[in-house]
Amino acid sequence: MDRRKFITNTTATSAFIGLGGLTLNSCGVDTKKKITILHTNDVHSHIDSFPSTHSEFPGLGGLAKRATLVNNIRRENPNTLLFDAGDIFQGTPYFNFYGGELEFKLMSMLKYDAATIGNHDFDNGIDGLFAQLPHAKFKLLSANYDFTNTTMQGFTKPYDIYTVDGIKIGVYGLGIELDGLVTKRLFKETTYLNPYEIASDTERILKEEEACDIIICLSHLGYQYDTDKPDDLKLAAKTKYTNLIIGGHTHTFLDKPTVVKNSLQEDILVNQVGCFGINLGRIDFYLDSHKNMAVDGISITV
Amino acid sequence: MILKIKQIVIIITITCFFSCKQEKPVLTEISGKQIAVSDTLIATDSIEAFVAPYRNRINEILDSTIAYAPKDITKNDGILNTTAGNLMADAVLELAGPIFKSRTGSSLDFVLLNHGGIRSIISAGNVSARTAYEIMPFENTIVVVGLKGDAILEMVDYLIKAKRPHPLAGIQIILNKDDTINTIKIQGEDFDENKTYYVGTSNYLVNGGDRMDFFKKKLTFTETDYLIRNIMIDYFTKKNTIAPITDDRFIKLDY
Repeated sequence: MDRRKFITNTTATSAFIGLGGLTLNSCGVDTKKKITILHTNDVHSHIDSFPSTHSEFPGLGGLAKRATLVNNIRRENPNTLLFDAGDIFQGTPYFNFYGGELEFKLMSMLKYDAATIGNHDFDNGIDGLFAQLPHAKFKLLSANYDFTNTTMQGFTKPYDIYTVDGIKIGVYGLGIELDGLVTKRLFKETTYLNPYEIASDTERILKEEEACDIIICLSHLGYQYDTDKPDDLKLAAKTKYTNLIIGGHTHTFLDKPTVVKNSLQEDILVNQVGCFGINLGRIDFYLDSHKNMAVDGISITV
Repeated sequence: MILKIKQIVIIITITCFFSCKQEKPVLTEISGKQIAVSDTLIATDSIEAFVAPYRNRINEILDSTIAYAPKDITKNDGILNTTAGNLMADAVLELAGPIFKSRTGSSLDFVLLNHGGIRSIISAGNVSARTAYEIMPFENTIVVVGLKGDAILEMVDYLIKAKRPHPLAGIQIILNKDDTINTIKIQGEDFDENKTYYVGTSNYLVNGGDRMDFFKKKLTFTETDYLIRNIMIDYFTKKNTIAPITDDRFIKLDY
C-alpha cells in the first residue's frame, strides 16, 4: 500500500470517527462541569478541636476533623480546590512552640492549594514567616504586598491559575495595611499597595490576558468597616471580573455568604467563615456549555 | 478519489471547528454555604497521629505546676483596680524594672497595661505555664517610654474617661467623687509635672493600640524584648503562691 494513500485514508477515517464522537458527546450534548471551592480563614493555630466544655465552641473545629470533611467533599467532587484567607498563625501554644511549622505541615497534608497572608502571619517577623516556607506545599498569594528588599522577595505570587477539568480558575491575594497593626520591626520593608487598584489590575489580567473562567480573591482586608478603611464589601462593589471574595481578618460569622453587586451591577459572592477553624466555607461553581451567560446572567443561591 | 477524501476531511474539519466553537462551558450558577466542623465528624487518624508528638511535648511543658492560687484571680473583681490587673502590672514592675535599669541606668517608675489585654481568668488551684498562655496569648513585649509630666496628666485624663480598671503598678491615682484628680503619687512621691517618668507598658499600646495617644509624646523608647507572657511565667515560678488583692492604687472617693 502506498504510504501517502494510507495516511490520507487514516485521516479520513479518523475524521469520521471524530465527527461521530463530537456529534454524540460534545457538539450535540450539553457539557456540564462543577468546580468546588473550599475555604477557611483566621484559623489562628487552632489545630485541636475546642474542648467539649468550651462555652462558645464546644467540641467544634480541629484539623483532623476538617481533614475528614475535606476528604469527603473531594471524594464527592474531585474537582475541588482548598484555600485559606490568612492569619494561619498565632492563638495557641502550637505557634509559640513551633513557630508555624505544624500549621504549614498540616495544611500541606490537607492539600491546601493556596493561602493569602494575614497580619498575624508576621507575628514572628517576616523572617519568621520565611523560615516556615519549606513546610508549605501550597502557595502564598499576595498581589498588594511588595516584598522587595525583604527575605520574602520572590517567594510569593500575586496570583495563580489552576486548571481543573479544563476550567481555568484565577486566584489572587490581598492583604491589610500593616502600619498601625503590626510593629514595623516585624514587617520590615514590606510595602502595602492600594488593594482596590491592585485588585482591578489583577482581575483584568486574569480575565482578559489569562482568559480565566472563574476569578477568586483571597482577602485579609476584613468584611466591613464603617470608616473608609478598605473592606471586602467595598472591594466587591469596585470589581468587574471577580466572582468570589473569600475574606478574613474580622472573624465575621455570617449566616450565609453575602451576595453583592459589583461595578457592572452583576451579583458576586463575599464569604467569610468566622475563625479558629470552626467552619469550612463551600462554594460550588456550575458551568454549562448550552446556557448563554450573557443573556441569562449567573444565578447565585445561598 | 484521494482528492475527494481530502475535500471531505477539510469540510468535516471546518464543520467541527465551527460547531464546537461554542462548546466551552461558561459559568452559569454559583451556590455557597458554610459547613460546621462539628464534633460528630470522625477525626482523620493520620492527622491525629502526626499532631500527637507535638501536642505531648507542649502539654509536658505547659501543664507542670509552677505556682498555686488560693483564690480565683479575675479582671472583673474591682471597679478601678482588679486582682488580675494588679498581678500583671506588679509582675512587670518587679521583673522588667531590673532589666531596664541594667540597660539604661534609669529606674522604671510605673507600669500601665490595658484591661483588654488580660485574656482569661486564673482559676483557684494549681498554676502552670499554660495559665500564662491563657491570660496572655499574644506575643507582646514590655517597652519603657520616657514621658514628661504633661503626658502623664493626659494619661490620667485618659484613665478617668475610660472608667476601666487598666492595670497599674508603681503609681497611685485617687479621684474625687466628681472625677477630678485628688492625688497622684509615683513611687510613693507626689507627682512632679516637670519630671520625666519612665513608664513600662506593652509594645501594642505604644504602637497605637487602645488609642493611648499620650504615648505619642514619648521622649525615650527602650524595647526590653521581654514577652509579657514570659514575665508571668517567671513571676509565677518566683512567687510560688499567687494571691493578689485589690487595693487603693486607683480608686475614686465616694465623698
